[in-house]
Amino acid sequence: MTAAADTPAMIEIAGLNKTYDSGFVALRNIDLTIRKGEILALLGPNGAGKTTLISTICGITVPSGGRVLVGGHDIETQPGKTRRIIGLVPQEINIEPFQTVWNAVRFSRGLFGLPPDPARIEEILKTLSLWDKKDEVVKALSGGMKRRVLIAKALSHEPQVLFLDEPTAGVDVELRKDMWRIVDALRDEGVTMILTTHYIEEAEAIADRVAIISKGRILLVEDKDTLMQSMGKRSMSLELASPLETVPQSLEAYGLELSANGLEVTYAFDTRAERTGIASLLRDMSEAGLSVRDIKTAQSSLEEIFVELVERDTGDDESPEAPAMRAEEPA
Amino acid sequence: MINMQAVRAIYAFEMARAFRTAMQSLISPVLSTSLYFVVFGAAIGGSIERIDGVSYGSFIVPGLIMLTVMTQSISNASFAIHFPKFLGSIYELLSAPVGVTEVVLGYVGAAATKSLIIGLIILATSTLFVPLEVAHPVAMAVLLVIICFAFSLFGFIIGIWAQNFEQLQIVPLLIITPLVFLGGSFYSISMLPPVWQAVSLFNPVVYLISAFRWSFFGAADVPIGLSVAAIAAFTALCIAAIWWIFKTGWRLKT
Repeated sequence: MTAAADTPAMIEIAGLNKTYDSGFVALRNIDLTIRKGEILALLGPNGAGKTTLISTICGITVPSGGRVLVGGHDIETQPGKTRRIIGLVPQEINIEPFQTVWNAVRFSRGLFGLPPDPARIEEILKTLSLWDKKDEVVKALSGGMKRRVLIAKALSHEPQVLFLDEPTAGVDVELRKDMWRIVDALRDEGVTMILTTHYIEEAEAIADRVAIISKGRILLVEDKDTLMQSMGKRSMSLELASPLETVPQSLEAYGLELSANGLEVTYAFDTRAERTGIASLLRDMSEAGLSVRDIKTAQSSLEEIFVELVERDTGDDESPEAPAMRAEEPA
Repeated sequence: MINMQAVRAIYAFEMARAFRTAMQSLISPVLSTSLYFVVFGAAIGGSIERIDGVSYGSFIVPGLIMLTVMTQSISNASFAIHFPKFLGSIYELLSAPVGVTEVVLGYVGAAATKSLIIGLIILATSTLFVPLEVAHPVAMAVLLVIICFAFSLFGFIIGIWAQNFEQLQIVPLLIITPLVFLGGSFYSISMLPPVWQAVSLFNPVVYLISAFRWSFFGAADVPIGLSVAAIAAFTALCIAAIWWIFKTGWRLKT
């Protein structure tokens, strides 16, 4: 259910800049449009500006320049309208420890201007397996449970836009599965979601589009499938009828890798290259007298694409790590 | 349009916190006030002559209520906003559709309510120790409410200004307590030599205590109109400061 390109925009970011008081430039001229109902994965190394970007849209960080519209409203001139429709699950587990789970979630709903709705909160708590903890004090909960409470708080006011800032960092498998289920359900309801994650397979599994951010700049925004296709290196594994001890000299130019049992050779190629070399490889193999029983192709993962892009961008100038710590410090 | 749900949510949340900590919220101010009565009223008061025709024990009641209400308002309101800032849970408030109006009504309203309750409890407690008649009950109630609110506003600003818990304590300790003690809580400034009387007039707390004592006994150190003007100016100044803080995000947003 990828949001089509002609779907109206939910978030429009134009020329967004952020320089912190310390002088650290966290966002450089960001332009990004996020369509209604889509799931955008925001990938980037630590300190790339992911959290700053999210905080700015949510109103926690003051932009230094540029403009952000959410649902057609300007975040600076009409914050009452934009904030009502935005939910945020922060990266850090920042939560008042002395209140009960139920009160914490009820508080959030009220804070965002919605009348009390115990049935709705019950439903959210049940979805997040928090129902039997509803009367417990937050500080008595485990880290994973606290994170569930943060998610429940963000969902309590029925947001149309949901920011998930590394929602599954350091959580158990159970919660990750629950998270994915919730994301699926919200996708069906048409909620626009922006997800930052370090688990690239997560972005690969649930995002419609991927934006890669590094050192405050958006390097790339692309439909996930297109990205994987256009940038992906593929590999082809050829199963041989009889084992080989070494790759024949005539095939050396292809850089084949031979498996330990000698029954499989792997050939890596780039779909972007003018010639993939597949046809000539097959011809040369047949000329070398090798018969092929089966062929498999595999695609490089988003992670590999990501690492390649960021490495290309991150020269050996300043390390992004040090200022990043300042940038992502909670307000 | 005011987000009334948010005001209600914040107010209820803050009041719930007060009830969770009811022991420390209520018992300690009541206990310390009772000690003041025992020491100043009963033990020392007997050897002090009547002031403006009022026994010393009764005379200190308005000052004691003011002392407690001011320090409680400041500590309640400053803690209410400083704690989420310290925890980081303030992200939610900053990203919520609330502005200065909702925040002031919710946080400051709750802090003021708490100190008002404490003030009334101390007033009730004091009648156990000394005979007390309130000359202008309506004016007394109005003044009490406004002062609770004004100092909660002030405390709220301190809570945002403070960058750690030490700073949170400094203003009440180093500024408010001396001003209250030197502001005529336990004496009439007319008892001071003329020079110190003049100096006292620069102490804003003098105007508050004077007006509050007037509502009890009908006598004031400074004209009541001047007191009311001073309280109004202080309140307006605090509201303007909070409005500015929320407009710029000073010490709240990065």
